[in-house]
Amino acid sequence: MKNGVMNVLIVGVGGQGVILASEILAQVAVNSGHDVKKSEVHGMAQRGGVVSSHVRFGKKVYSPLIPRGQADVVLAFEEAEALRWAYYIKENGRLIVNRQKIVPPIVATKKGSYPEDPVGQLKKAGNNVLAIDAISIAKDLGNTRLVNTLLLGALSSFLSLKDEEWGRIIRVRVPKGTEGANLNAFEKGREVAWV
Amino acid sequence: MDREKVRVLLSGNEAVAHGAREAGVQLATAYPGTPSTEILENLAKFPGVYAQWSPNEKVAFEVGMGGSMAGARTLVAMKHVGVNVAADPLMTFSYTGIKGGFVLVSADDPGMHSSQNEQDNRFYAKFAKIPMLEPSDSQEAKDFVGIALDISERFDTPVLLRLTTRISHSKGIVELGSRKEYPVSGFDRNVTKYVMMPIYARKRHEVVEERMEKLRKFTEETPLNRVEEGDRSLGVVAGGISYNYAKEVLPDASYLKVGFSNPLPIQRIEKFARSVDQLLVIEELEPFMEEQIRGAGIHCRGKEFVPNQGELTPEKLKEGLVRASILSGLTKEDLTVQKAGGGFPRPPVLCPGCAHRGLYCALNKLKADVLGDIGCYTLAALPPLEALHSCICMGASIGNAIGVERVVNPKAPVVAVIGDSTFLHSGMTPLLDAVYNKSNITVIIMDNRITAMTGGQHHPATGNTLMGEKTKAVDFWALSKALGVDQVFTVDPYDYNATLETLKRAVILPGLKVVISRGPCVIFPKKVRGKPYRINLEECNGCGACLRLGCPAISASEERTDKGLAKAIIDESLCTGCDLCAQICPIDVIEAVG
Repeated sequence: MKNGVMNVLIVGVGGQGVILASEILAQVAVNSGHDVKKSEVHGMAQRGGVVSSHVRFGKKVYSPLIPRGQADVVLAFEEAEALRWAYYIKENGRLIVNRQKIVPPIVATKKGSYPEDPVGQLKKAGNNVLAIDAISIAKDLGNTRLVNTLLLGALSSFLSLKDEEWGRIIRVRVPKGTEGANLNAFEKGREVAWV
Repeated sequence: MDREKVRVLLSGNEAVAHGAREAGVQLATAYPGTPSTEILENLAKFPGVYAQWSPNEKVAFEVGMGGSMAGARTLVAMKHVGVNVAADPLMTFSYTGIKGGFVLVSADDPGMHSSQNEQDNRFYAKFAKIPMLEPSDSQEAKDFVGIALDISERFDTPVLLRLTTRISHSKGIVELGSRKEYPVSGFDRNVTKYVMMPIYARKRHEVVEERMEKLRKFTEETPLNRVEEGDRSLGVVAGGISYNYAKEVLPDASYLKVGFSNPLPIQRIEKFARSVDQLLVIEELEPFMEEQIRGAGIHCRGKEFVPNQGELTPEKLKEGLVRASILSGLTKEDLTVQKAGGGFPRPPVLCPGCAHRGLYCALNKLKADVLGDIGCYTLAALPPLEALHSCICMGASIGNAIGVERVVNPKAPVVAVIGDSTFLHSGMTPLLDAVYNKSNITVIIMDNRITAMTGGQHHPATGNTLMGEKTKAVDFWALSKALGVDQVFTVDPYDYNATLETLKRAVILPGLKVVISRGPCVIFPKKVRGKPYRINLEECNGCGACLRLGCPAISASEERTDKGLAKAIIDESLCTGCDLCAQICPIDVIEAVG
């Protein structure tokens, strides 16, 4: 935490739920008593393209953007996106990667190729990588839509935010009737992170 | 009654809406445009505010002017390039002045996240000779709306509230207040103020210059511009988002924070400059402040180390300061930064099931020269479709096509493609030009019944208003006929062969043709989902025809044909069942699931 500010970068592909995850994190940080800033981009950039959301919290936050190389944690919902954004991680920072590959149409037309084993590359480059097969775990829990809260659970174990606020905000933000399942997935994510 | 202050996390746009609510705004108008859209969407929810989408920014501005002329506090919002459209009334509204407070919100897009250029709209304030306020975060975005309206009424002038993408779309904590009402006083017949014919306009120009004189005094006194004393060796002049980036990189320097940036507080800047060893001007995009400060004979440094292109970021600023030897070398932390792994392309694409896809496939078959316009459908310029060949500004496609067709004897058909919302914004007048000047082009109105790119806003052909009322829906066929187009066709872009046949017929006909391609957007106002399709992997011969549709649901599988070609596979969770791929497949091996 440089200058008392914690930096979390959440990245993925349009439609994966990056923005909602960052909304939940930002609100938990507010309720935990921090100054918070959060930033992402809307519009054309979102149509199946790359999505990134910067969340910063601490005593006083100026820039809504995390300076490059200063992210305490990068949470990537997709493997190639983890590779794209890893340069934001600070020394001894943490990278959480969801074991999912989303191959864009452009690859099929041979105008680009999907990177070879992104997680392996990232580990080789010396990153502190926690790779989670969130889809499989969520399937075991009964619903693949629980991936996002599961990943938030993993993320939460690296942040000092109030436990009861995570529960409270998740309950408000997820669809009615799925609160229990989501809180369960959140706890599962925490367990995975501690192993 | 003392109530605990409400503190909430708001984007700059949401905060502007709350600022307008608190400041008693009664009329709010806009045309949607990233990054400004959410201002009106949020304002429409508040009681006491009438909010509307107008067909374009000029109309939005003129409706807003009317509200102000009749004494209502008014807010008009648009993206930076929208102000170009509204520039005509803006320039003269500066002359007439206002009655009810009037604030124009311009949301600029440095870095062009979702825009065709990155013009710096601060120059509009100087050009139109109106005051400008630049908030640095969400709290200021909210507070500055009310202050802008007070300034507007005090100095009888429209006021520009200038946001940028990182202000509009960043969230911060905001303290909310309650609404204050301002009764509407009514329209006065004041011809010397509102009839801008030369005899009165000349008088009003004098008033504008007197107003500028008063504003030059105001800017020196207002707390919107403030000095923050710090280390005297470095003095920074900054406003808007740049102020926060500067504070991030140079936390100990002295600051002159500029919240009121037209006219600039030149005397205070001069005094501030004398109090520090070195004066830096840190601003995103153009040297708007730097040139004026230099012009006043004050020595400063700025654009030599802050780029005038792209979005400013804390690291760009830091690198610039190191290069200019203002900061000493990069820290260990900077140097341990890994290289960006960004070589892998993931361009934005048309959604699975998008109605535009079938139409573009047909246009590719015709080998047409396609003059394009602004919207989701601009994405067809990218591989694999590559079916659109220009994109300039709202409505440009039709005029561009007329010009191309006029000067060459084209081998390929000349086609303009324009979305429904864009056509209603700026397409009707160039279509009239095509009728009037006997053009031979084909104009395709891609009618998906929503303003899709900005997130699904209503427009005059959707039958709904921003406030949720039912209203008349414009009929594109009748509209084209009324403008004088004799040859009007309607196609269903989900019926590929019929669309292709109609287009083939249309492009060779002499004279002007309008083709209305009707297929509702698959995500707005609600998601369209049908039975998904599946590729029979046994029989797929790997020809790649379906892959060339650029559908996110279709990708190359691990399976290979005897010839080593990749067989295609459909992600059934993404497939909407539009069946375009099944229609295109030359060997008919794509079928509905179940």
